[in-house]
Amino acid sequence: MYIIIIGGGRVGYYLSKALLNEGHEILLIEKNPAVCDTINDELGSVCLRGDGCEVSTLNEAGTSRADMLVAVTADDEDNLVACQLAKYKFKVPHTIARTRNPKNEELFKKLGIDVTISSTNIILEHITEEVPTHPVTHLMEIRDRGLEIVEVRIPADCPSVGRTIKDIILPTGSMLSLIVRKSQKPVVPTAATILMADDQIIAVTTSQTEEALRAALMGE
Amino acid sequence: MKVVIMGCGRVGAQLAEQLDAAGHSVVILDMNSYSFRRLPPTYKGKAIVGNGIDMEALKRAGIESAEVFVAVTQGDNRNIMAAQIAKRMFNVPRVICRIYDPLRQELFQTMGLEAISPTTIFADLLRKRIES
Repeated sequence: MYIIIIGGGRVGYYLSKALLNEGHEILLIEKNPAVCDTINDELGSVCLRGDGCEVSTLNEAGTSRADMLVAVTADDEDNLVACQLAKYKFKVPHTIARTRNPKNEELFKKLGIDVTISSTNIILEHITEEVPTHPVTHLMEIRDRGLEIVEVRIPADCPSVGRTIKDIILPTGSMLSLIVRKSQKPVVPTAATILMADDQIIAVTTSQTEEALRAALMGE
Repeated sequence: MKVVIMGCGRVGAQLAEQLDAAGHSVVILDMNSYSFRRLPPTYKGKAIVGNGIDMEALKRAGIESAEVFVAVTQGDNRNIMAAQIAKRMFNVPRVICRIYDPLRQELFQTMGLEAISPTTIFADLLRKRIES
């Protein structure tokens, strides 16, 4: 495949190197002449000096016969315009843009960019996978009384699912005030209320007993 | 009319001054508050520090209720991106942007942006003066 890469920073450099190793025809476009020279010394003559958002540079690069254009400069607006030029002027079948601002993913999709990659979003997704969301959420603090209002979610695999409230030994100073359930009205828990999976429990606690409350509700 | 202008350079500031004096509601946006020195003391509109290609900043500038959006920063690509955000994400009825590069201006004009290239206009003007 003939792949054009815009931006000779770290991402552009390592991407070119990896794709060259896979046997693709690569052309990297970079504005900075010093960066261009270094890349050409290290990877062979693969780097063209120029602005990847200028039609003349893209003409010189033979963009109309490219199978793919990947824009990985540090600026979202440059990546967007390079991909739009490639797609709408040179009819490049695949365009890939990198974005810094994760909110631009939706915009780029709307504007016709085939694939948008946001490193921020990728890292965030990995964090959510690796670290399960903390089951206690702070809703409010009543500072002068030393009280906190928190929300505790009961996961489906939690041992306390199916137990009644009276069987749960709460730490002193903690109180369950409300249970919010899917497709039901919120209920005020009584001693006989049975905990169910996905319950959201709103409770009053203190910062000292918060951890004990979580452990009690989780059945630990 | 409610107008949001992105970029408080010479053109942006002068446009803001004129529209404000004509009684329109103007918000001007620039990344650098120093640029607002170009606004006259009589300017009654708003001046907001923010990046016009950031949707949050555009919301703060009131883009959701704007009738006109004008992108006149120094960067062609920034203007192109901001204009497309205004048009496609916020459905602003009238969007105008400056694109210095005539080739890019031509392409984005055919793609539906109201784009003006001062390069082409000024070159034409000079040629006409020389030839007349």
